Amino acid sequence: MRFGWLLASLMLTACAQTPLRGTGDLGIVIERANGRVAVVDTTAKSVLGRIDGLGDLSHASVVYGRDGRHAYVFGRDGGLTKVDILEQRIDKRVMQAGNSIGGSISQDGRLVVAQNYTPGGIKVFDAVTLELLAEVPTQSKVVGLVDLPGQKFAYALFDKGEIWVTDLSDPRQPRTEKYPAGLQPYDGLVTPDGRYYMAGLFGEDGIALLDTWRPELGVKKILQHYGKGEEKLPVFKMPHLRGWAVAGNQAYLPAIGRHEVLVVDKGNWQEAGRIAVKSQPVFVMARPDGRQVWVNFAHPDNSWVQVIDTLTGKVIKTLQPGKAILHMEFSPRGEHVWLSARDDHSVHIYDTQTFERVATLPAQSPSGIFFTSRAARMGF
Amino acid sequence: MRAALVLLSLLFSPLVSASEGAVSASDTIRLVRQDCGSCHGMSLQGGLGTPLTREALAGQSAEALAVIILHGKHGTAMPPWKSLLSATQAQWIAERLLEGFPEEKQP
Ligand code: HEC
Repeated sequence: MRFGWLLASLMLTACAQTPLRGTGDLGIVIERANGRVAVVDTTAKSVLGRIDGLGDLSHASVVYGRDGRHAYVFGRDGGLTKVDILEQRIDKRVMQAGNSIGGSISQDGRLVVAQNYTPGGIKVFDAVTLELLAEVPTQSKVVGLVDLPGQKFAYALFDKGEIWVTDLSDPRQPRTEKYPAGLQPYDGLVTPDGRYYMAGLFGEDGIALLDTWRPELGVKKILQHYGKGEEKLPVFKMPHLRGWAVAGNQAYLPAIGRHEVLVVDKGNWQEAGRIAVKSQPVFVMARPDGRQVWVNFAHPDNSWVQVIDTLTGKVIKTLQPGKAILHMEFSPRGEHVWLSARDDHSVHIYDTQTFERVATLPAQSPSGIFFTSRAARMGF
Repeated sequence: MRAALVLLSLLFSPLVSASEGAVSASDTIRLVRQDCGSCHGMSLQGGLGTPLTREALAGQSAEALAVIILHGKHGTAMPPWKSLLSATQAQWIAERLLEGFPEEKQP
């Protein structure tokens, strides 16, 4: 009795001490070695808490439900975990594949789709219950999965060299269209309006482009022969396309095996220039306003970050923020950028105007950083 | 006890690299787990690259694997590491892979 009263009063205090709050300035940092994520506050620039027990998080990625409260974490070991970032707890967790690489969420937020290496294919889950609704086997590793308007998803097949678009308007009856793309697509992106899907090719120079408004035209290759037959440098890390960089009328893409960022004109999809950078780019990401593009690099140059001014097309800043910079994420309107420094066990926060470091947070082997502002963006 | 000693000596024995002088075994373990891991998975269970577990590599010789590590596999995403790793290091990695690669010790 006495105990029950104590418990009740404790619970009351606990409630009183947790004021209501929104999630618009929250996010997640993956702590890849520990199977743990840190919940962070981008206004206070602090770690609010940690959620454990998420399995192998090397190469993990996150998508948000449209409530900006529930996050779906896709782990390398095939684990799919739904976490509640306000209550900082795991809501549901399923082991959905042997080896997975990421996922996506549907336009209406009701379907979560995982892309898998082993066995190859995509799996469709109910976003509330994580019940498995459908599978599309591919007999190939799946890369570059993105959501499209109309409950569709586009993805590329590494081993088969194809782009597939699956319509999940009826989630239990997926309908898939297939397009030849080119040799070894390694990742994909969709333009912010959800219209163009691009898959970067590893096995040949060029990028496969599908206009999803006019799929009957098929895939067109752009930036073909950008390497001009030159032997490419060894690629020690696959670049990522997912954090697209579309700024104004131009798209910025990492060149494979070259120390260059490629610039493409979005009007005609022709090469509009190249920008020489420090090393082989991994992420090429536009600040939300599109004025700057930030670039990080592959091993062994992964302690560097460069900033391109999109107006002049020049590198305006070279930073060495820490050891092994794996990922970058902008605050919702871009005044700050968060950089994960895996081998410093830190996340560094920089002001994007002054390039001054404004804060450093501790994190164990941090990799991906994902803010809730992704909840409302297509392709994220 | 014996095994622990062997492991300890493995972890702390310097690996001599032609270009950079001594490289510690723990740095090499970290490189394999983290940087080879970006393709092969940190647990080496496979990713874009094939699994590098003891079971997956069974029957292959350390020498052959070391050649792949140094020179890559043409026409695949496996890059040549000879600009970053010495032949000694590659051989050491290949031998450890065949035994089951050691875990990185947590900081
Ligand atoms: C950019 C991606 C990538 C990176 C980084 C990478 N590998 Fe690979 N590796 C591959 C791929 C892809 C294959 C499979 C090639 C094939 O299709 O035969 C492979 C194959 C291998 C094989 C042959 C396996 C077998 O079954 O014969 C070995 C050994 C290997 N890698 C070791 C390493 C080591 C050690 C490192 C780090 C020093 C490393 N790899 C880094 C992509 C990569």
